[in-house]
Amino acid sequence: MSAVKEPLLHILKRDGIHPARALMIRLAAVLASLVVCAVVIVLITGLNPLEVYAGIWDGAVGTNRRMWVTFRDAAILLCIGLAVTPAFRMRFWNIGAEGQTLAGAMAAAAVMIYLRDAPAWAVYALCPLAGVAAGMLWGLLPAVCKARWNTNETLFTLMLNYVATQVVSFGIVYWENPKGSNHVGLINSSGRQGWLPDLAGNGYLLPILIVLTLTALLYIYMNFTKQGYEIAVVGESENTARYAGIRVSRVIVRTMALSGAMAGVAGYLLTCGVGHTISTSLVGGRGFTAIVVAWLAKLNPLAMTLVAFLLVFMQKGANQIATQFGLNENASEILTGIILFFVLGCEFFIRYRVAVRRRGEGVK
Amino acid sequence: MRGITKRFGSVLANDRVDLTVRRGEILSVLGENGSGKTSLMNMLAGIYFPDAGHIYLDGQEVVIRSPKDAARLGIGMIHQHFKLVDVLTAAENIILGMEGGLRIDMRAVESDIRALSEKYGFSIEPRRKIYEMSVSQKQTVEIVKMLYRGANILILDEPTAVLTPQETRRLFDVLRNMRDQGHAVVIITHKLDEVLSLSDRVTVLRKGRSIGTVNTCDATVRSLTEMMVGEKISLDIERPEPVGRALRLKAEGLSCVNREGRAVLCDASLEAYSGEILGIAGIAGSGQKELLEAIAGLVPVQKGRVAYVAPDGRTHELTRMSASKIRDLGVRLAFVPEDRLGMGLVASMGMTGNMMLRTYRRGRSLFFERRQPRTLAEQIVQKLQVSTPGVEWPVGRLSGGNVQKVLVGREIASAPQVLMVAYPVRGLDINASHIIYRLLNEQKRAGVAILCVGEDLDVLLSLCDRILVLADGHVTGVRDARTVSKEEIGLLMTSRKEAQA
Amino acid sequence: MNDILVFVQKAIAQSVPLLYGANGEILTQKSGNLNLGVPGMMYMGGIAGLMGAFYYERAAAVPSPVAGMLIALLCALLASGLGALIYSLLTITLRADQNVTGLALTTFGMGFGNFFGGSLSQLAGGVGQISTAVTASAFRAKIPWLCDLPVVGSVLFSHGFLTYFALISAVLLNAFLYHTRKGLSLRSVGENPATADAAGVNVTLSKYLATVVGGMFAGLGGLFFVMEYTGGTWVNNGFGDRGWLAIALVIFARWRPLNAVWGSVLFGGLYILYLYIHGLDRSMQEIFKALPYLVTLAVLVLTSLRKKREDQPPAGLGRPYFREER
Repeated sequence: MSAVKEPLLHILKRDGIHPARALMIRLAAVLASLVVCAVVIVLITGLNPLEVYAGIWDGAVGTNRRMWVTFRDAAILLCIGLAVTPAFRMRFWNIGAEGQTLAGAMAAAAVMIYLRDAPAWAVYALCPLAGVAAGMLWGLLPAVCKARWNTNETLFTLMLNYVATQVVSFGIVYWENPKGSNHVGLINSSGRQGWLPDLAGNGYLLPILIVLTLTALLYIYMNFTKQGYEIAVVGESENTARYAGIRVSRVIVRTMALSGAMAGVAGYLLTCGVGHTISTSLVGGRGFTAIVVAWLAKLNPLAMTLVAFLLVFMQKGANQIATQFGLNENASEILTGIILFFVLGCEFFIRYRVAVRRRGEGVK
Repeated sequence: MRGITKRFGSVLANDRVDLTVRRGEILSVLGENGSGKTSLMNMLAGIYFPDAGHIYLDGQEVVIRSPKDAARLGIGMIHQHFKLVDVLTAAENIILGMEGGLRIDMRAVESDIRALSEKYGFSIEPRRKIYEMSVSQKQTVEIVKMLYRGANILILDEPTAVLTPQETRRLFDVLRNMRDQGHAVVIITHKLDEVLSLSDRVTVLRKGRSIGTVNTCDATVRSLTEMMVGEKISLDIERPEPVGRALRLKAEGLSCVNREGRAVLCDASLEAYSGEILGIAGIAGSGQKELLEAIAGLVPVQKGRVAYVAPDGRTHELTRMSASKIRDLGVRLAFVPEDRLGMGLVASMGMTGNMMLRTYRRGRSLFFERRQPRTLAEQIVQKLQVSTPGVEWPVGRLSGGNVQKVLVGREIASAPQVLMVAYPVRGLDINASHIIYRLLNEQKRAGVAILCVGEDLDVLLSLCDRILVLADGHVTGVRDARTVSKEEIGLLMTSRKEAQA
Repeated sequence: MNDILVFVQKAIAQSVPLLYGANGEILTQKSGNLNLGVPGMMYMGGIAGLMGAFYYERAAAVPSPVAGMLIALLCALLASGLGALIYSLLTITLRADQNVTGLALTTFGMGFGNFFGGSLSQLAGGVGQISTAVTASAFRAKIPWLCDLPVVGSVLFSHGFLTYFALISAVLLNAFLYHTRKGLSLRSVGENPATADAAGVNVTLSKYLATVVGGMFAGLGGLFFVMEYTGGTWVNNGFGDRGWLAIALVIFARWRPLNAVWGSVLFGGLYILYLYIHGLDRSMQEIFKALPYLVTLAVLVLTSLRKKREDQPPAGLGRPYFREER
């Protein structure tokens, strides 16, 4: 060793950080990501980024209808985000929300199709029940294996997503309309059996209200109930949970049933409240985006409303600029990806402090 | 090392420490737990980087930025928690991270290892997987690993904590061998007898500062203790006479296997009486943990039974009951586990949340109650002088002593009939330790049956009424702590192994 | 009989992107990084290779197959490596959650692929109109002489070079992981980074390298699909779920590259089995398509039942490493 060199940067864990400061860091990250997005836009398309951002605003909330669609889609995303929250709090990496939602959607669609001629109230009641039950089943499978044999849940839930996709494909063969099209089309388009009704003449309001209610309920469940407390203990340490007399496997199974059931609600809303159809792309990756939503919001249901809205806002806006400037709609995924990268990265600066070391620094 | 300073967050781990190591000597770094011994040595080994200060090797200033730098300078450290990869073989672990040709010639490596083993007197099987090895075998692999890399400054962090006296003796022989061949050996320890029997010089640390260095031949137990703790304090621990002694807990023939299916507890029996402290001694990993957890209903029991005798004389069978069932039965069994933050407490929650851990189920409501646990938390802060910014501050961020106060405080608050504590003062300073001893004695006077697993025999001998010794999962004896000698306990701790050999 | 031969040949063709993806992910996971961005990196590699070839063929008067091939390879490796680099930066240096970052990378990569694929299609005059036939011909060149052999010729020797390279890379990866010093270091990083660090292994560098090279493998899988499988064109979302299937294969192969070789052919076969079983109606075909996932689930449960140490995921998988963490 000839020259004496010291590492220039030095990383220290923060003992705690003022919430306002944390918020500032996050805002800075979002801002930085928007700048990078602007650079990318200019590089790829040569368009004026400010015009593009104006287009995004216009596309997301520019008209009354667009605004409601944005709200509703944010609510759906939020609902799936809520679904993964208890599982993640338990450190059960449920990345199968996509499949659980799809299972719920499929079950709801099945009720709409097969019970078309049943009394209206029965269809109204059975659609959500079927959706919840199916989502729950899809969530229970990995939970039971985890509880009994400690099977890796990340990989298990991931695989189940595609099993769900194939099950839906299977159903579509029977339900396709017209025959041979491989599409189900609008279900019950004439009689609207099972469709979520309009509220005050507004077709978007009911799903939004349902999800907001769920948000409040989940917040209370996670923070003030005994079961929510058990989830937090199990997530922190299974040994502590056993020590406290908590039956860990029962909590895992119960929590994943809840997680799957809420994904099932999202599936039900997608089928009966939004698309009124069933297809393999009905959920469209929202099961994965929702995980990011939950994570970015630190598993806080209230913060998730904001994150979900921001993401959907960006997507809707990007769709608009795609048509407006003749790009294709996938631009939104690139922009979303860039924003996510920044926001994920900025958490580091909230948890850690980077100090620059000066040479010959005195003691104390 | 000159003027080494290191802080972690707001904690000053080392404050302007100077330390000199010479070739061909064994230096002890002596200090209580938390006095900064390990963090100081970690800076030599490149694990931490000092905030200030300089390190010189053979008169030249050096900068050790990573373990690789340390290795290049011939510094090797053997950590308390072995740094070995479980699924790899001994030989693979030994050559891990070394420079050399692209391909590994395992044969050559293995024969080198055998040669090295013969030179210093180890026994080692190069092809064995680490997860199949005993603790002392793993330690051997660690030492060979360092020597194989050409380390001539060897640092050992608490090397004897997990060894039997026989294994310790063998280790010391090896270390002396190495010294005689010109290596510098540093051992970090808090055991005075080891310092006196092994080392040439001692450097004493206290609260992150270097107190001084003396030649071992000039030192005595008393002088070193004074340097270590700063002031003369009575090592005497109060031991009130048991009153109203009555059988409270009886375990018979308990047997357990661990997850890999190895027997860890064989046919163990014990009787615990109210108003008495039963000490449980043994080398680390002799089944102490399993014994307590089996009684608490936390590990499945293969054979045997546990019975609880209530103060009213009724007997409850606890065999094969889960922790929740035992509680439902109304048996007030408190347990302070060894792994405080990983088992006894929820690190990310505040004190209030942790107080709830035992009691949150109370009542039929769907919601839990927060007021009572909060009051309890505040009481414990007051009574035990827990230093914390607030009862909602995550307990994982508290210091070791405060964490233990929170845990013991909560367990005692449940007004137990049986109190089981594992390593109650590990990692605590003298003051905190004495608070814990005082609490245990208070409980004893209140008629609680106490089971106390400990590692420091001196403490067990002066605190407990009777001592039960475990060796390799077997109970090898129960002795009266007032009359038994330390040597006899030590013999019992190892008797089983010798019988097998 | 003929059917079976065609089936095997097609299964091998299906297996290649899976094998690349799985090998890349094995390398990545052996360093302790669980990168769920495999699908994204496959898209990035595929589209970048295609774009490189497309613009080259447009610009050159007489495009040369070999030059097109090299350009496509370079672009694919750069783009997928870039994706993996973003992931590495976030998870290794900035310690972001691996699952979430991987999913974000998949979102980004798929958007990247479909965006440029769509734009390129527009430029070329419509969906499926992109043609890089010259470059593709280099990727599709069969082994001369050997491919004319009866039976084995068509089954084993009628594939492009990327197929054989996939096999070779699996063998090399195996040799690397289990018979070299660097491989030993890498495995220890994934098992126990603190130990590897103490032993003098550069943990951060190992993780970066393994993850970026692993991402490049995934990119090659994407390139194979674009160039050899579809003959040099682009269909949005054409990859289907092959990226996830590659991750499934990692589990199925229990983190061993040689197991991944036969596993990939098995998966490839299961993936297209429905086409070769006569008398399946469409609904049953859909169920058959779920077979690779169901088989993986079975393996996952079985290995968790057996609890053999060597069959478990790397112990440090999914955790960030910070030397001074206390």
